[in-house]
Amino acid sequence: MPRVAFTRNLQRHVACPPCAVAGATVGESLEAAFVLYPKLRGYVLDEHGALRFHMAIFVDGVPISDRRGLSDSVPEAGEIFVMQALSGG
Amino acid sequence: MSDQVLVSTRKGLFSARRQGKGNWALEAVSFLGDNVSLTLQDPRDGAWYAALDHGHFGAKLHRSRDRGATWEEIGVPAYPTPPEGHVEKDFLGREIPWRLMRFWSLTPGLASQPGLLWAGTLPGGLFWSEDHGATWQLVEALWHMPERLKWAGGGADAPGIHSVCVDPRDGNRVAVAVSSGGVWITPDLGKSWTAHTAGMRADYAPPELVYAPESQDPHRMVQCPGAPDTWWVQHHNGIFRSTDNAMSWTEIVDVQPSVFGFPVVVHPKDPDTAWFVPAIKDERRIPAEGRVVVNRTRDGGRSFETLRRGLPQAWAYDLVYRHALDLDATGERMAFGSTTGSVWISENGGDDWLTLAEHLPPVHAVLFV
Repeated sequence: MPRVAFTRNLQRHVACPPCAVAGATVGESLEAAFVLYPKLRGYVLDEHGALRFHMAIFVDGVPISDRRGLSDSVPEAGEIFVMQALSGG
Repeated sequence: MSDQVLVSTRKGLFSARRQGKGNWALEAVSFLGDNVSLTLQDPRDGAWYAALDHGHFGAKLHRSRDRGATWEEIGVPAYPTPPEGHVEKDFLGREIPWRLMRFWSLTPGLASQPGLLWAGTLPGGLFWSEDHGATWQLVEALWHMPERLKWAGGGADAPGIHSVCVDPRDGNRVAVAVSSGGVWITPDLGKSWTAHTAGMRADYAPPELVYAPESQDPHRMVQCPGAPDTWWVQHHNGIFRSTDNAMSWTEIVDVQPSVFGFPVVVHPKDPDTAWFVPAIKDERRIPAEGRVVVNRTRDGGRSFETLRRGLPQAWAYDLVYRHALDLDATGERMAFGSTTGSVWISENGGDDWLTLAEHLPPVHAVLFV
């Protein structure tokens, strides 16, 4: 199962330790993580489900390309890392 | 009479309390390190609300029912999904996302409307909640009003509603002021809206648009609670006053050291008494001659006193934002905070000022509670 980890800066607002989730895409994996941490959704995604402008997601070290639809695929043992972009800080 | 003031800053929400006559001190901070854009105390149930503007994680809203000892995160407005392929641009051709960018005003309904809150936001959406902020609905008629597309960014990169005035005589009559986009009033709880800018003038606009409602850039609008036919606006172009319930406005001219500024407050009972914090106009946006002063009129704008006792009178470049001047319910205690982290308090309507803080983060808003 893919593993999702979140930046420490998010932990200050929402408790969200790393988790293993079922998902073949970034969007599916995040949805599974939001089931565990419902409050997290609004911190990572905007009201239309797109990645917030000043956030970034990497899959196995590569930034995702579909920030709006979150359709980037995730390998079975993929590592998803959700962090703040350095812009906007 | 209020003994406590909340100071919303770029790096936290600070609380100060009166220790004795002429003696105030900071005593607590919430959300340290986070950007707190403004607060509200709901007079109907005493709840406090704090709007946060996280750089990365979006705008959030928190509520406290124990005067700041603990906070709970509550709901935030959501902008609707735009029609497929819709790219919205402001009046100047800049793209405007349909996305909550920031809370810019929080206003309670009347005592007869328990739970009702209004939220003005960037990029121009007005929302209302009927359940103390748990859920929010967009005021569709204002958002879909064709004239809204003539709004433009003024105080921020996108248009925003910074002032919401609920008529104390009729909670269905609600006025909003938009920077930059004029003054709009609904008589029917948001179902219909009309412009109320007659008499306002926007010197900075192209000649054809000087009197257009959408060209007007009110920086802050207040309605006198005890005499609600009287309104004051600190406008980009100067000071305007209405004595006919915002049906028309009269420009107040020849105010020294400047008619420019952001905040205005009006006395809770005396509609002729109002306070302003003047600054050199938009070319520079600093206090004139490096002196921080407050202007007060007690005769409806016919004359102004420039109040400076206790305020820095040399090498001071404090700018005061639109929500960063407040007055308590008695009209005696006042506070204002600046972009350079200074906060001053007066206990006699601005005649004398004492320094509460000089090294806070940039101040967005102050509020007596």
